[in-house]
Amino acid sequence: MTFFLEVLVGGLLSGAMYSLVALGFVLIFKASGVFNFAQGAMVLFSALTLVSLLEKGWNLWMCLGITLAGMVFLAYLIERIVLRPLVNQPPLALFLATIGLAFAIEGIAQAMWGTQVHGLNVGIPDVPLNVKGLLISEFDIFTGIIAAVLVAALALFFSKTRVGRALRAVADDHEAALTVGIPLRHIWVIVWAVAGIVALVAGIVWGSRVGVQFSLVLIAYKALPALILGGLDSVPGAIAGGLLIGASEKLAEVYVGPFVGGAIESWFPYMLALGFLLIRPEGLFGEVHIERV
Amino acid sequence: MIYREAGQFKATYSADQALFPIRQDQVGVAILLVIAYIVVPFVGNDYWLGSIFIPFLVLSLAALGLNILTGYAGQLSLGTAGFMAVGAFAAYNFAIRVPAIPLLLNFALSGLCAACVGILFGVPSLRIKGFYLAVATLASQFFIEWLFTRVGWFTNYSTSGVISAPPLSIFGHSLSSVWSRYVLTLAIVTVMALGAKNMVRSSVGRAWMAVRDMDVAAEVIGIRMLRTKLLAFGVSSFYCGVAGALWAFLYLGTVEPQAFDLARSFQILFMIIIGGVGSILGSFLGAAFIVLLPIFINIGSGMFGHAFRADTITQIELILFGGLIIFFLIVEPHGLARLWRIGKEKLRLWPFPY
Repeated sequence: MTFFLEVLVGGLLSGAMYSLVALGFVLIFKASGVFNFAQGAMVLFSALTLVSLLEKGWNLWMCLGITLAGMVFLAYLIERIVLRPLVNQPPLALFLATIGLAFAIEGIAQAMWGTQVHGLNVGIPDVPLNVKGLLISEFDIFTGIIAAVLVAALALFFSKTRVGRALRAVADDHEAALTVGIPLRHIWVIVWAVAGIVALVAGIVWGSRVGVQFSLVLIAYKALPALILGGLDSVPGAIAGGLLIGASEKLAEVYVGPFVGGAIESWFPYMLALGFLLIRPEGLFGEVHIERV
Repeated sequence: MIYREAGQFKATYSADQALFPIRQDQVGVAILLVIAYIVVPFVGNDYWLGSIFIPFLVLSLAALGLNILTGYAGQLSLGTAGFMAVGAFAAYNFAIRVPAIPLLLNFALSGLCAACVGILFGVPSLRIKGFYLAVATLASQFFIEWLFTRVGWFTNYSTSGVISAPPLSIFGHSLSSVWSRYVLTLAIVTVMALGAKNMVRSSVGRAWMAVRDMDVAAEVIGIRMLRTKLLAFGVSSFYCGVAGALWAFLYLGTVEPQAFDLARSFQILFMIIIGGVGSILGSFLGAAFIVLLPIFINIGSGMFGHAFRADTITQIELILFGGLIIFFLIVEPHGLARLWRIGKEKLRLWPFPY
């Protein structure tokens, strides 16, 4: 039983890390209707930038500041080069464009900072804690707290601020938002910059965990099932999806994996998400669209 | 002037419904086939035939498969390489377990296996739509890759997980020379491409396009969703499966499951974006572009005296591919095929612009 609980809690906490990445996807989708496939690449880009600056021996806060500025600048470039010419194109075209963007960012990040593996240490403690007989990593709890804080902040931002409401209007309909005077360009820069910041947070957490390297891009493929399971346009959905995926994936790996050859973590989350989607095609918390001819 | 169809009268229904109704097209296709079947094998050396033309043709076939599903039926799939893997491993298992099956039948059967798997993974498309479906198709990609890596039966318990094609022969002729493999690949691709061109203008193809444009509306006018969507998944996977079998047997000879990873799926997706979504010709143009681009990059880096390291070239490739995708989506969303169509319009008047 203790073992079961340990696996469950470990899974839930690693699920929080998936949620962090899924959150970036949700933000951009909610605010601009773009399914941003480049989120994983942005995580890599931010983490690589930060770690390379740190390795120059600079102050941590200065490096964080420069990386943040870099992510905002990246958001500006993306809006200028990719999004602006594609206003009012079908969502599919924008999605494909972000796939191209993902490749370009991966290439640029590695061309700028090299391909070697970096260790990242920003001072997050990583000691196993003993909570009533369960061994839980302090690092994981820290991640959970970060995720919770981010979600709370974003929820407030979306529902209480002027910019947040403008973002939701843009997501509903680009043209209608433009008509009522919402400056689309600024809004897009803002939302991509916010997603870039979320990517940086995810990059720091994941980078401290597994090292900063090209495979950081692959964690996006862990976040995707969490994303569709929770619903593309729901912040709570990203969290719930991440936790659900994290817990069930670890449990499945431990209890089912050995019977079918192991390493089922690569596809199990997708099958789980697929199963849920068959019952609720919009994900658990996604907005239900009524299609009309 | 050159490309003007004026004066070409159709006297029979069959002439009117021909696959290439315009004489210039007929001549053009005939010349293309003569070049492909006769000129290329005689002029090209083993390197060109084996390392450029065969992969180009096989990838065109896979792109054709994806184009049927994404370009015509409108279901975005990120799992193309998974279906290619099914084809490749099915072909291998047929070849070693039932050696009596002739090669062409083997390819057809592997295509059918891939089609069955494709239909299976296509079932959710009846309920899940749009981006949810695109992400869900990743399930097939990851599951199939895992299956062939982890379950030993499929690789005949080979320790390295690599499958090797047995010595191939067709109608008693051995396929040991590159030349013969090229001609066989070309023949299969020609037949299947013409088949696809015919299919997309039939009632099936029209139903696919109706589903692509708006599936609720299509359902309202009486198109059966179940049949149409699953047929699209089946036919598309059949093409991808045959492409996978050709990739394993006629191109590489030995192949591991990782040859059909997500990067391959994206490569094929890029082919149809650059070539033209919803165009048979575009599948070929896109495949040619994507196959040739790395070669040109290599030549280009050679001009600078190989000043770039190998990983720099990989990064340049990534940036170029990503940039090109964005460029095409902005400037010409219908891809190279659309440029060709514009060219034909121009040729109608040229060189007398009145």
